[in-house]
Amino acid sequence: MAVNEAIKLRNNRLAQYYGMFTVGLIIFSLIMGALELGAGMPKAWIGWTFLMLTMGLYAFIGIMSRTKILDEYYVAGRNVPAVFNGMATGADWMSAASFISMAGTLYALGYDGLAYIMGWTGGYVLLALLFAPYIRKFGQYTIPDFVGTRYGGRWPRLVAAICAIIVSLTYVTAQVVGVGIIMSRFIGVPYEWGVVIGLSGVLVCSFLGGMKAVTWTQVAQYIILIIAYMIPVTFLSLKLTGFPIPQLSYGQALQNITRLETELKIATESKARDGSGRVIQGGYVPAYNEGLSNAAAVTAINQINTYFGVNITPPKAQSIPDISKPAEEIQTDWRGTPWNFLALTFCLMVGTAGLPHILIRFYTVPSVRESRLSVGWALFFIFLLYFTAPAYAAFARWEILQNVVGKEISSLPEWTQNWSRLGLITQRDYTTLDGRDIDKLPAWAAPQVKSGALVINDANGNGKIDLAGATFSETEVDGKKVGTFGELSGTVITKTSVDGILQFSELNIDPDTIVLATPEIAGLPYTVAALIAAGGMAAALSTADGLLVVISSAIAHDFYYRIINPKASMNTRIWLGKTMLVVAAVIAALLALPRLALIAQMVAWAFSMAASSFFPVILLGIFWKRCNGPGAIAGMIGGLSVTLFYMYSNYVDPSFNVLGITHLAAGIFGMPVNFLLCYIVSKLTAAPSQEIQDLVDHLRSPELDDELMTSIAGGKQAAGAH
Amino acid sequence: MSDIANMSRQERINAYWKENNRLIAILLTIWFSVAYIPPLFVNQLNQITIAGFPLGYYFGSQISLIVFVVLIFYYAYAMNKLDAKYHLKDRDK
Repeated sequence: MAVNEAIKLRNNRLAQYYGMFTVGLIIFSLIMGALELGAGMPKAWIGWTFLMLTMGLYAFIGIMSRTKILDEYYVAGRNVPAVFNGMATGADWMSAASFISMAGTLYALGYDGLAYIMGWTGGYVLLALLFAPYIRKFGQYTIPDFVGTRYGGRWPRLVAAICAIIVSLTYVTAQVVGVGIIMSRFIGVPYEWGVVIGLSGVLVCSFLGGMKAVTWTQVAQYIILIIAYMIPVTFLSLKLTGFPIPQLSYGQALQNITRLETELKIATESKARDGSGRVIQGGYVPAYNEGLSNAAAVTAINQINTYFGVNITPPKAQSIPDISKPAEEIQTDWRGTPWNFLALTFCLMVGTAGLPHILIRFYTVPSVRESRLSVGWALFFIFLLYFTAPAYAAFARWEILQNVVGKEISSLPEWTQNWSRLGLITQRDYTTLDGRDIDKLPAWAAPQVKSGALVINDANGNGKIDLAGATFSETEVDGKKVGTFGELSGTVITKTSVDGILQFSELNIDPDTIVLATPEIAGLPYTVAALIAAGGMAAALSTADGLLVVISSAIAHDFYYRIINPKASMNTRIWLGKTMLVVAAVIAALLALPRLALIAQMVAWAFSMAASSFFPVILLGIFWKRCNGPGAIAGMIGGLSVTLFYMYSNYVDPSFNVLGITHLAAGIFGMPVNFLLCYIVSKLTAAPSQEIQDLVDHLRSPELDDELMTSIAGGKQAAGAH
Repeated sequence: MSDIANMSRQERINAYWKENNRLIAILLTIWFSVAYIPPLFVNQLNQITIAGFPLGYYFGSQISLIVFVVLIFYYAYAMNKLDAKYHLKDRDK
């Protein structure tokens, strides 16, 4: 009882601290807002104050939680209460992409984007029912620990450790890119400096206190990010619908989007070409109208060529359906079918449950009972943001269809002009080129000049494009219509492309813009934008923290301690863990500097890779006693190979596809292969030892026995080391 | 209840595991139905509107998410009862 009392007291104290922090954050934001509106505090000051204060806080928590105890360094002393572990998992999970880009993805994809919303939440059901209680019962330090102990010997551990490092390193690099972008956009420091400042914030925290510091920082980061996410959209909802709960009121936005899309003739209907009579509806609410293309691959390879000065031939640009080809040549039987949506949702769910940095969070709770509850809290806290993201997207879509599309470019709302200037919104009407230097064309127009679709005839020789007083005329050359408008001519010059009115097809919006521009659309002061920046930083840094712990423990614990030197002292292990943390951070920073588009795409692939490697092996390890080491290795290698093969083939050539499933959902093919191989090879080889089968029985019972587990995990490894 | 008291530890764990698996199967069926059945009929469901939300869209963006959260908390609750039934409580509780 005395123990329970002490735990209760500690939980109350924690709730008090974080409650005070929440109130403090709100009061601080109000004061900053008042200073901005009342005393005209400059924007740069506001931005810096928010940044310094939040980073200072993370450093403070890091210093307060510094530790030299191994259990605290790797698994936060295994005494994080369920609710707080839920918040920490939420922050760990929600990355820069969730916070800043997801609403923009939904804006662009409409219903089809909901695969991400369902996938990244539904995965937690799998985690709760199939993994979390047993991971806690196992009670070691890393996921390779589990794979290595359950399947015996060093090879399964090695394969698992390498998978964990590859997945986590790409993921952490994407976070570092996010940090650099947020810093440069809001504080105005160069991107490279943003990367360095952000990373030092991560390091102060995780270097001193490992998982313990990371956990308590993540709780604070969750609070910052969720408040920052909720405020702007609440005001936007109030402004557009007069009702301050966006999650309930965006139905009205959806209605208006559908109406405006019909009025603006964006909503199209086409018959499927397979003779089934299926109707494919375009637009925001109708489902399954996405095509396939390899534009991402072309961009990524061109960027690599430019940055590294190499010469890889990019694949020939393709998109399906290709409107320039006659109908029968196009392979689009899958258009309007749900298969890609379902496959993507499934891969994201299964991948979520198989990601090491989320799984290790369930080592840190005190008991199996708390681990089950903790997944519930984690999903609840994640749910708050994912429930809200579609509201951001719908309001932005409504606002843009209502006040931006079909309007004269000279009279667009101010926020559109501001974000166009930053290059996040592109307006492809050729009248916007008036007065531009010919050798400094925007990125959308330059390739058209190269390909000959756009010709610039600098009649007065001033090096600028002059369109003043120009009128449109059209002639036919070789059966193609060629337009002329002032000093511009070419096939891309048409009546609508030079009318000074922004058509929907002429508008291109960077996914990040939706969340970032919402404070401005809602007419909120800059303080709110600074809060958003702090929230985005919190999302990126908290995820980076969790990932760096996975990488450093995979090296220090699995490679060094478990495989190379099982006699290493506790001090050596902590010291090596800290060193690896810095090394991983520096590598992530170096990878982040080129800002490769490929990195963001690799993160999306991580889910398919986790789904076809870790997920089946951990699942069978718990639920099927007969599963053995050779089966697990065969499954992981086979599953991953099939996934990588489909991924690569479809990525470069979208006409390679099964039922229109994209490379992002390639795991749907690898995962069954993993299960099947694991089953067949396990059946063909000897059953695992009695000791391992007993271990599985132990895992299934919720009575905690950390010492016994450690002796099995350690004993097995010591034997394997000889 | 009396037969549980007479079971050996291994028997209790086996029976507990069986019940656990049955619960998991039921909850995963609900999970699957909510996540993967409505998308098959999304355009038909969208004909129905609730508070401005087309129902197909509403399933993907809200209903399924709420069901996911409830499923996990229910599992935690049901398993606590199961732990007690088979006398397999955590050491520190």
